[in-house]
Amino acid sequence: MDRKLKIMVIVASLSAILIFSVLLDLSWAPRPLSLKEVWDALTGNGTWANTIIVNGFNAPRVFFGVFVGAALGVTGGVVQAVFRNPLASPYLLGLSSGASFGAAVSIMISIPMIPLALAQPLLAFAFCLGTMALVYTLSRTVGGVRTETLILAGVAVSSLFSAFVSFMTYIAPSEQMQNIVFWSMGNLGMVKWENISFAVPVIIAGIVIMIMHSKNLNAMMLGDAHAMDLGIDVRKVRLLLIIISSLVVAAAVAFVGSIGFIGLVVPHIFRLLLGPDNRLILPLSALGGSAFILACDYAARIAAPSYGVLPIGVVTAMIGAPFFIYLLSRKRSDVGW
Amino acid sequence: MVSGGILDIDSLVYTYGDKTVLDMISLNIKKGEILGILGPNGCGKTTLLKNLNKNLHPHGGCVMIDGSDIEEMSKKDIARKISVVPQSNEIRFAFTVRDIVGMGRMPFQESLRGASSDDMKITERAMEQTGIISMADRHINTMSGGERQRAIIARAVAQTPEIVLMDEPTLHLDINMQFEVLDLMKRLAHDNNLTVVIVSHDLPMVTRYCDRIMLIHEHKLFAVGTPEDVLTEENMKTVFNVDALFEKDPRTGTNTVRLFGSCGGRDFSI
Repeated sequence: MDRKLKIMVIVASLSAILIFSVLLDLSWAPRPLSLKEVWDALTGNGTWANTIIVNGFNAPRVFFGVFVGAALGVTGGVVQAVFRNPLASPYLLGLSSGASFGAAVSIMISIPMIPLALAQPLLAFAFCLGTMALVYTLSRTVGGVRTETLILAGVAVSSLFSAFVSFMTYIAPSEQMQNIVFWSMGNLGMVKWENISFAVPVIIAGIVIMIMHSKNLNAMMLGDAHAMDLGIDVRKVRLLLIIISSLVVAAAVAFVGSIGFIGLVVPHIFRLLLGPDNRLILPLSALGGSAFILACDYAARIAAPSYGVLPIGVVTAMIGAPFFIYLLSRKRSDVGW
Repeated sequence: MVSGGILDIDSLVYTYGDKTVLDMISLNIKKGEILGILGPNGCGKTTLLKNLNKNLHPHGGCVMIDGSDIEEMSKKDIARKISVVPQSNEIRFAFTVRDIVGMGRMPFQESLRGASSDDMKITERAMEQTGIISMADRHINTMSGGERQRAIIARAVAQTPEIVLMDEPTLHLDINMQFEVLDLMKRLAHDNNLTVVIVSHDLPMVTRYCDRIMLIHEHKLFAVGTPEDVLTEENMKTVFNVDALFEKDPRTGTNTVRLFGSCGGRDFSI
């Protein structure tokens, strides 16, 4: 198929899937609404009850979900390119375990005067960025920062924080234990409009900056020397992208927990379909991440009605992994990884 | 120092830890010339090349392009004047040849703007000149080392530089391609006043194509001048420990070097 046509078909179907997922996820209720009822509620013609369900209860979750999905998709693509490593995910530098640790601490130790709803994202955000800073400092050597050292330091620090979280989970009373476990697997429903007004501008600005560097990332995928020969200040760009991607992920993860698999899989799907050009991969990963996370959120909600809500991380992995394996088995040789 | 070259190297010192790799190297590279840098393994040839476009920062001395110190120039400004054909060209990702060659236009583009029609014309022309236009849509990771090398050379041409730095440019190429690539460089040097700096082990090729040759020996500049002046029997014995002779090829009228053997075990079978 002609490449331009292929891209147009992919963009069109992704947009359609995203719009459908948004409406679907907005329709969620103990008795799911019809798409028409959702539309009526959104346009101000719905019943009183439906309006509360759609605009009051579902809308913050769905709205934020769009940005969380985009954030994870784009950062995944960026870190894979920056580290030239197919296994890199937004959590590579310990962001996820750092955030989980922060959240677990806030659950275990109630801070006087500050409610959990505020303390939890605050501590998660702080530990998320703190871990990244620690990992980066650890891997600084005389000659600058080597990406391999960064990955190793990320794994080491991650393991340490994971161990702390496991320890706290083990000693926690059962209700708090459930909270910790649930948080670490993610739940879009935790977010409030107040959080959104803080997190979304950070995410949007970050995504714009990352996409602006997609051409530089292409050159950096060829190797540092190639990129430098093409006039890119590789060290500066790499540091900037690491900081921006960490900020974006922290802003998402702090409010909804560390939702796995999206950042790892979504960019790979588009690479398998369209090749490695980041000018396409990054924007498409934003779109695809949004659509994927909302579809998974809806699935997590209707899957186990009697248990409340399934952690979304369970669904992203259960849907994402098999699809990924299928793509991999078909087109492995074309990508280079 | 007498300046006035397009690329002036002044008392350059570079060290790895306590090992001095470049020891007070000075040289003026003239516009439009093809300069060969020769020397045995580990003498600092590649390190010198990397110092010329600020991929490495010297520990002493400086490098100037058209009279301005490259330490004061941005990487992007340098890349508008200098393009590089690096030694290793392993690329794992499925970029097309056109993608790769088009990257040569990056120093001239704003971050969000795509390729202009001029950029695309220059990219296509560079692929034509290097004879890879028929491979434009092939994926670089499925190509042979020689084909990849030509794509990288095309990228260096597409960068419309004033200076090209080439590190072992003929290493992966078929014999006929070696001639074609170096003929192209010679043509560009002649027609467009392009300056070409070649680091190589390929004595006969460098001798044939270079206007001047710089010999590096024990991390110092040993000799510089025309091939005839520099590649004396004595110099080649000192620097390379080979028994070799500079001569004009009677058939082509070009410079060449005849290699007879190592000075360690002299063998006059010819």
